[in-house]
Amino acid sequence: MAAISGGMSSVPPSVPGVDRNLDTSAHPAAIDVRGMNFYYGDHQVLYDISLMVPERSVTALIGPSGCGKSTFLRTLNRMNDLIEGARCTGECLVEGQNIMDPAVDVVLLRKHVGMVFQKSTPFPKSIFENVAYGPRVAGERNRAVLADLVESCLRRAALWDEVKDRLQTSAMALSGGQQQRLCIARTLATNPRIILMDEPASALDPASTDRIENLIGELCANYTIVIVTHNMQQASRVSHQTAFFFKGRLVECGPTTTIFTSPSEKQTEDYITGRFG
Amino acid sequence: MSTASIPPVSAEVSGTPVNFRSGNDPWIRRRLLVSRAFLWSCRVVTYSSLAILGVLLASIVWKSLGRLSPNFVTSYTSFNPEKAGMLAGIWGTFWLVALTALFSIPVGIGSAVYLEELAKDSFIVRVIRVNLSNLAGVPSIVYGILGLTIFRPLMDSLEILFDGRHAIKVLGLFRIRLLQLEIFDGCVLAGALTVSLVILPTVIIASQEALRAVPSTIRVASLALGATRWQTIWRQVLPAALPGISTGVILSISRAIGEAAPLMMIGVLTMTSLCPGGIESPLQVLMNPSRLLAVPFDQFTAMPVAIYDWSKQPDPQDRFAAVAAAGIVVLLAVLLTINATAMLVRARAARNLKW
Repeated sequence: MAAISGGMSSVPPSVPGVDRNLDTSAHPAAIDVRGMNFYYGDHQVLYDISLMVPERSVTALIGPSGCGKSTFLRTLNRMNDLIEGARCTGECLVEGQNIMDPAVDVVLLRKHVGMVFQKSTPFPKSIFENVAYGPRVAGERNRAVLADLVESCLRRAALWDEVKDRLQTSAMALSGGQQQRLCIARTLATNPRIILMDEPASALDPASTDRIENLIGELCANYTIVIVTHNMQQASRVSHQTAFFFKGRLVECGPTTTIFTSPSEKQTEDYITGRFG
Repeated sequence: MSTASIPPVSAEVSGTPVNFRSGNDPWIRRRLLVSRAFLWSCRVVTYSSLAILGVLLASIVWKSLGRLSPNFVTSYTSFNPEKAGMLAGIWGTFWLVALTALFSIPVGIGSAVYLEELAKDSFIVRVIRVNLSNLAGVPSIVYGILGLTIFRPLMDSLEILFDGRHAIKVLGLFRIRLLQLEIFDGCVLAGALTVSLVILPTVIIASQEALRAVPSTIRVASLALGATRWQTIWRQVLPAALPGISTGVILSISRAIGEAAPLMMIGVLTMTSLCPGGIESPLQVLMNPSRLLAVPFDQFTAMPVAIYDWSKQPDPQDRFAAVAAAGIVVLLAVLLTINATAMLVRARAARNLKW
């Protein structure tokens, strides 16, 4: 238990905007997963996952590589549909509607459940076009509306001041951290309710990571965020709720402070204190 | 046990000053020699083939000097080598390539998009993918036979379009006179369809490779932003693949210009004073655009066919050799122009991308 108390004292302070003592039980569920099983062909990747994500809060998914947390994240906006042979059973309610239903329009779903990837993936177009892409494919043609939207999204992603004078230059010329914030701005431009982040800062330097984490703190006032991360410190800094995945199972899920100070499962405790993984 | 295999550092070795100047160690000298020999053999093969090409070009240009003049490209062929010109071949090739591009570009890119982006990995799709490269290797004469057995009868069956065998009725409003009686013997349309078959596998393979080179992250990111599959392909994937696709298309078109075998197979004209649709200058297209409608159904000759024909003309003084050489020079000039345009187009397409 000494290791645990050591862990307790080392829980870092949360970023501004993330109040770990926030009582999320009062928040309605943005995502409610019930008994989800996931298979790649015959290979089962997720076993009977049930998880509730409260609205306007940050949920961190942690666990060793290959534990299924990224796969789980991608089921939430059905990005796994793109993988041939992927199959999913169970229920996944997003704002009360089961998105596993074949009648669900994935295009609409992905507009409301945005996603930021581990590797920043700007399109080979200008910064402006990158942010305007989502609204454009949704049918917005008015230049002035697009310009306003691009500005407000870049501001919310804390990138505006750095790029406002070169909106027409290539997004590929931005630094890694700027590209990742651009991808966040691009996601915000589709006006999502939920943002999924798959290790958004794992390829970034500490300063850029810091900016992304602060950004999450600002965004969680208005958006529901689910973030996959390998970085324990990051999970504890940015999230209200933490879920620990191991070998395709959800071992434990609870308020971040509890998970990091007094987890109820031995596996969680071992992982968080760095005994494995 | 492993420590035993490592030789002890000898005081003598570490003490000797090392001479970095080359030429001391025979082993290193040998390796340098081999490396230099390799470099020179690469140089020799590159420049020798270039030299042969240069000699070939120079001799052709030299031979062509006897006939190459402005009126060579403005006059029809003739049994008099002093007067024989390439006008019919130039227009024939122009229409042939225009129609070929019209058929093969949309079909080729469309097939590539389907095979790369949309098709599920089924048995049939796998068979098609594997056999495309086989098709690209099929000699063009085989396609010529295919054209002869399929497209010519197909054209014949289109007879309802025609009034007798001399004119096309256009929506019952007006008629366009055709220039030849035997309208379907090797008409431009049959030729273009046949040559399209020849180049389609290459167009598809080149487009597939260009599409495959587009990072999949672009597709995933686009779909994650709520774009449909069509929007993702049209707005992200195709623009990113366009430089590669256009290179493949242009190379294939160049090949189409040079094809003679399949055209002779379907029976194009050789000695002819006919331009398809009777169009002899760009101005006539503007003056009488309805003639364009007759173009696909007219007989024609193409540049390589005309060159082949001249090279076979019996002439005691071999004066047609100069005509054939002049034809080759014009053909090469056209090819170079097209390739140069292709480079411009490619550069344009690449500039719109901001990698």
